[in-house]
Amino acid sequence: MSRNLIIGGLLTALVLLAALLSFVWTPYAHTAMDIPQKLQPPNGTHWLGTDHFGRDILSLIMVGARTSIAVAFVAVGVGMLIGVPLGLWAAARNGGWIDELIMRGNDLVFAFPSLVIAILITAIFGAGAINAIIAIGIFNIPVFARVTRGGALPILAREFIMAARVSGKGDARIAFEHVLGNVANLLIVQATIQFSLGILAEAALSYVGLGAQPPTPSWGRMLADAQTLVSIAPHMALIPGCAIIITVLGLNLLGDGLRDRLDPKLRVSRV
Amino acid sequence: MLRYILKRLLSLVISLAVASLVIFFVIEIAPGDPATFMLGINSQPDTIAALRAELGLDVPQWQRYLNWVGGLLTGDFGTSYTYRTPVAQMISERLWVSLPLAIYALTLSTLIAFPTGIYAASRRGKAGDTAVMGATQLGVAIPNFWFAMMLVLLFAINLRWFSAGGFVGWDKGLGAGLWSLTLPAISLALPQAAILSRVMRSALLDVLGEDFMRTARAKGLTRKQALWRHGLRNAMIPVLTIIGLQFSFLLAGAIIIEQVFYLPGLGRLVFQSINARDLIVVESVVMLLVFTVIMVNFAVDLAYALVDPRLRSRT
Amino acid sequence: MSLLSVQKLSMGIHDHPVLHDVTFEVAKGEIVAITGESGSGKSMTAFSVMGLAPGGSHATGRIMLKDTDLLTQTEAQMCALRGNAIGMVFQEPMTALNPVKTIGDQVAETILIHGAGTRAEAMRIAADTLTRVGLPQDRFPLGRFPHELSGGQRQRVVIAMAIALRPALLIADEPTTALDVTTQAQILQLLAKLAREDDMGLLMITHDLAVVSEMADRIVVMQHGRIVEQGDTAHLLHNMQHPYTKLLFAASTHQVDLPPLTSDAPLLRVDGVSRDYRTPRKSVFGAPGTFRAVNNVSFDIKKGERLGLVGESGCGKSTLTRAILGLEDVQAGSITLNGAPVFSAGRANLAVRRNMQVVFQDPYGSFNPRHRVSRLITEPFFLLDDPPKGQDRTDLIAETLEAVGLSAADADKYPHQFSGGQRQRIAIARALIIRPELIVFDEAVSALDVSVRAQILDLLADLCRQYDLTYLFISHDLSVVRTVTDRVLVMQSGQIVEHGPTEQVFSDPQHPYTQTLLAAAPTLPDLTDKASPHAQPPLV
Repeated sequence: MSRNLIIGGLLTALVLLAALLSFVWTPYAHTAMDIPQKLQPPNGTHWLGTDHFGRDILSLIMVGARTSIAVAFVAVGVGMLIGVPLGLWAAARNGGWIDELIMRGNDLVFAFPSLVIAILITAIFGAGAINAIIAIGIFNIPVFARVTRGGALPILAREFIMAARVSGKGDARIAFEHVLGNVANLLIVQATIQFSLGILAEAALSYVGLGAQPPTPSWGRMLADAQTLVSIAPHMALIPGCAIIITVLGLNLLGDGLRDRLDPKLRVSRV
Repeated sequence: MLRYILKRLLSLVISLAVASLVIFFVIEIAPGDPATFMLGINSQPDTIAALRAELGLDVPQWQRYLNWVGGLLTGDFGTSYTYRTPVAQMISERLWVSLPLAIYALTLSTLIAFPTGIYAASRRGKAGDTAVMGATQLGVAIPNFWFAMMLVLLFAINLRWFSAGGFVGWDKGLGAGLWSLTLPAISLALPQAAILSRVMRSALLDVLGEDFMRTARAKGLTRKQALWRHGLRNAMIPVLTIIGLQFSFLLAGAIIIEQVFYLPGLGRLVFQSINARDLIVVESVVMLLVFTVIMVNFAVDLAYALVDPRLRSRT
Repeated sequence: MSLLSVQKLSMGIHDHPVLHDVTFEVAKGEIVAITGESGSGKSMTAFSVMGLAPGGSHATGRIMLKDTDLLTQTEAQMCALRGNAIGMVFQEPMTALNPVKTIGDQVAETILIHGAGTRAEAMRIAADTLTRVGLPQDRFPLGRFPHELSGGQRQRVVIAMAIALRPALLIADEPTTALDVTTQAQILQLLAKLAREDDMGLLMITHDLAVVSEMADRIVVMQHGRIVEQGDTAHLLHNMQHPYTKLLFAASTHQVDLPPLTSDAPLLRVDGVSRDYRTPRKSVFGAPGTFRAVNNVSFDIKKGERLGLVGESGCGKSTLTRAILGLEDVQAGSITLNGAPVFSAGRANLAVRRNMQVVFQDPYGSFNPRHRVSRLITEPFFLLDDPPKGQDRTDLIAETLEAVGLSAADADKYPHQFSGGQRQRIAIARALIIRPELIVFDEAVSALDVSVRAQILDLLADLCRQYDLTYLFISHDLSVVRTVTDRVLVMQSGQIVEHGPTEQVFSDPQHPYTQTLLAAAPTLPDLTDKASPHAQPPLV
């Protein structure tokens, strides 16, 4: 196993465990305020210190991990469920008007910066975790459509696809039986990368107040709270930042490790 | 070549038309009537009707769309519902902050990414490559707004080299203006530079495996000569794609970074307008951002044609 | 004194031995051919001489170019020699040129990199050299880009790059393998002419014994990284000592024993078929043009017949194949199998398709790598209303695998566990399993080594004896078509230009195109009286 795979897997497992553990145990209730204890740096009683309301930062980080993971995970799911079939369809109709329509539609979504989509959605429905999911998910659709199409085209050009046609199989059956399995590795790696981008996007959205709303804790929200206090309580900014970095770094290393292990020639899009 | 440009131009116009439709109607279905919002829930119905007429909200939707698009084409972006000033003027003031910031950041990111990416590719598998790749792995993982906060903490609060936020304005001189955009530009640029550097490296490594690189070596070129003379230009195609995409990320990222540094750019304008239900401003700013991205992609398409002669003769 | 003298060259890549004690010489103006099947180490020998062996390789022995031992040269010294004293031509002309630079710049670079002239001089030499390799300036100016040239023309550019500085030694690694037979003949002639004119040593690497026998002064035969035999061409071919040399020669001239024709009834009838493709629009708003890939083609295949279809790339034979298989509709004419159309009402007629199967060229691309053999070869069951199940299915899989020379136990393996020849047997099993009447072989043996190819051809002869099969055999390889078919069609630019009994067409071609094709195809000399124990009828 490669170094990337081990380190990435360990970091990702650490974050997932912290999120799962928070369902049954956190050092303190994450909503419990204790004003006299506010703005404490990391110490024996509060391992990662307290925030401006005296809440335990470790507990907030653990519960916040749930928000980040849930939003990013569902957004990847949305992107795959819609993007992968679209990509397969476009590949099967390579060069035809369906292909053109799907790919131009993709370009159009790419022309809207993801944050602009989020802003539009917020303008319509108001802020919230669900809207963050939609905003990030919409941007994942063209990514998966493009990667699926790119991976499917060389496979469709291979002779076993022709052999399947000669056996009377239709496009949908061929896509399902022969193409999907052969682009699965590519999709797994891309999903890992989109997952990490989703974590970053969720943090950015909740930082500007467009993501999960209080009292649901989220890492981006914690950073927004920390901003005005950064000179007197830098740990309030450092710790959620490190949580984000560890999660994203872990997922990225995991993605690279998986790619090297599954197929070193995989082409994934990384933006 | 002309055919290629015409085709790109056609798709540019279609993209802009579809984008304007999407933006307009998405924002139109938003709940909340601007006139009611401005006057307060308890105001008289006839007062609201009068304001609606004044704002041009009393005509059918499709007509408002045509009015809006017609205005955009002639440079008349309408009048802000809340400030009662021309939107075009509000935007152009803000644009003088956001656009220089995005270009500044893109320049920095390219200047950092090209040398590091090329260096890593040419030292593939050696210590230098591992170091650059480790650093970029970390760079990709750092949220830019958090990085911005850390830069403020270090360089503005502790070292006092920069002010913690705000923009001095271009009337204080180009140097002073750029200086006050430096921390925001760095915080935008570094994570993007990490991505671009990785793309540069992998594009170069892909090209190194091509048959024509072996041909170049058989002619007597050293590894380095082959990389510079034959590798780089072929590797530019994926790199240009990413640079184009990054511009849209930088514009969007700027919206957040402006919040961190309290810069009077488009991002802050958008947030203020959403809070005030100033839909015409939101529409116009979003349209402008999308327009910029589409134009940049068009420029990237033209750049492809300069790099790759196959595109010039095809389609 | 010889120009190149390779002495006891041994090489390994990461502890995996590749070459053992390779020793041979090339003199000035001499053409030496290294031949052998895949894995013989012939290409690796060429790359070692260039100093371009893959990373992780280490060599022992000596590679003397005149007085210089290339193995002891530094990388900088090798760079000064490459392109200057030694030139190299590669197998794939389509990818060997940088797509974003003009051909003039690429040829001139050889001169500039070695400091052999100013830019203006380099461009002048580039123009002269391109003219010399058959690309005159009035038709192929220096400003052309590679994508504007055909494969053969690109290979000429690669040759121009290699000989611009008149190197003492030219290495050509399978220089014509990717080219059509008529282009191949021209490129081979050009290489031989250049070697003679410049008194240049030419080291040819090729798998094709016929190419070797026509052009080389001396032949080196390699197997598993060792030289098994070498000598002057005529002498070696007439006095083959090593069993492997004999086997290679026998396989290259292999004749199969076809059962006699039994029926006169037509099975497949192609009647006035034309197939058009849309070409890209000429302008943004213009109507798309059309290109007629197959033009008014008519022929029959009789039950039990083996029909050959030959032609060069782009002649329309692949398009015709797809139309016969019912994968695409045609614009004019009809294709019927036993009187029923293969394509009707906008879709393939599956009831007809079940009597027709296909075997493709690429033994690596024709299987889904994630499926086991049992699933791969039963894919055509999809065409049956009532496919065999349970024990019947298992029995049929076992029987079919054994019929193609594999074992029943192979059913649970994955395709990557087989060699190229075995994979082609699996492909035949897949075509055979529903007992079709017609099997289409689309370049089915073209990617195989000669010894494997001979075995597969024998298998095809056996199968049509056992199972009452009819073959449509599509190939660019004339010698294969000659041995395995009863009748042959010659296709050029979408049309059948000549047809007739195979032996008659080959011995007495009527159409000028057929004559050109046959003249261009490299042939082995007739060694009937002294050849291998299994003496074969003469080829020529």
